[in-house]
Amino acid sequence: MSSTNVERHVIQNSDDVVRVRQAVRRAALDAGLSLVDQTKIITAASELARNTLDHGGGGEALLERLADGGRSGVRIRFEDTGPGIADIDAALRPGFTTGRGMGLGLGGARQLSNEFSIVSELGQGTRVTIARWK
Amino acid sequence: MDRIPILKIGPALLVTIQVDLHDDVAMALEEDLGNRIVKSGAKGVLIDISALEIVDSFIGRTLANIAGVARLLDAETVVVGMRPAVAITLVELGLSMPGIRTALDAERGMAVIRARIAEVGTADDHVVDKR
Repeated sequence: MSSTNVERHVIQNSDDVVRVRQAVRRAALDAGLSLVDQTKIITAASELARNTLDHGGGGEALLERLADGGRSGVRIRFEDTGPGIADIDAALRPGFTTGRGMGLGLGGARQLSNEFSIVSELGQGTRVTIARWK
Repeated sequence: MDRIPILKIGPALLVTIQVDLHDDVAMALEEDLGNRIVKSGAKGVLIDISALEIVDSFIGRTLANIAGVARLLDAETVVVGMRPAVAITLVELGLSMPGIRTALDAERGMAVIRARIAEVGTADDHVVDKR
């Protein structure tokens, strides 16, 4: 798989969450995703960017435009160096929240993506990667 | 900080959300709406989200909070103008937005609010008749 064009976006405040959303929107448009798929990946990215800010204490998003033969898509990796997630299975369940959200962020983002992976270590941080293909 | 304008139209207040909602803007809107409901005695709140490309759980929670505050102040909230792609995404996200009525557009939303006023009016008359 060859991927091109990686963008790095810092997430330190709620303006940055909006900026990440806009960047993902541009990339999803460029990848030729349908309107519904664009909406899904932008929404998933918005959830994860907010998690990075609220739970991870800030971090960054790495946005990749994917091209694999005839396929195109978007992949976003969210990284923070926050407290990490003790129980990932619990965190993925709908309704689980330690913050002020509705507890749909992580599980919702997985639901809205074609690819989803999460690596988290207590005291080290969390890395969540999502992708959506055309 | 941006504040979202609140317009009074008949028995309802109309809010059109066009900007990307930030935390402080969302909180200010909740507060402003509460004050305007009390001051105007409005029985309904129409929230037009036709300009929103996405509704994530943060925006969903803001809308639910507004509806909750409005309900305690005797006003019904109707969210209007949701895009189809947003509705599809919300269902997949698992965000059902309980307690929020929706209508396709502002006109239909206004009809919902007028119907509620008519209903409440009848109920009041009924109580008066009993006395």
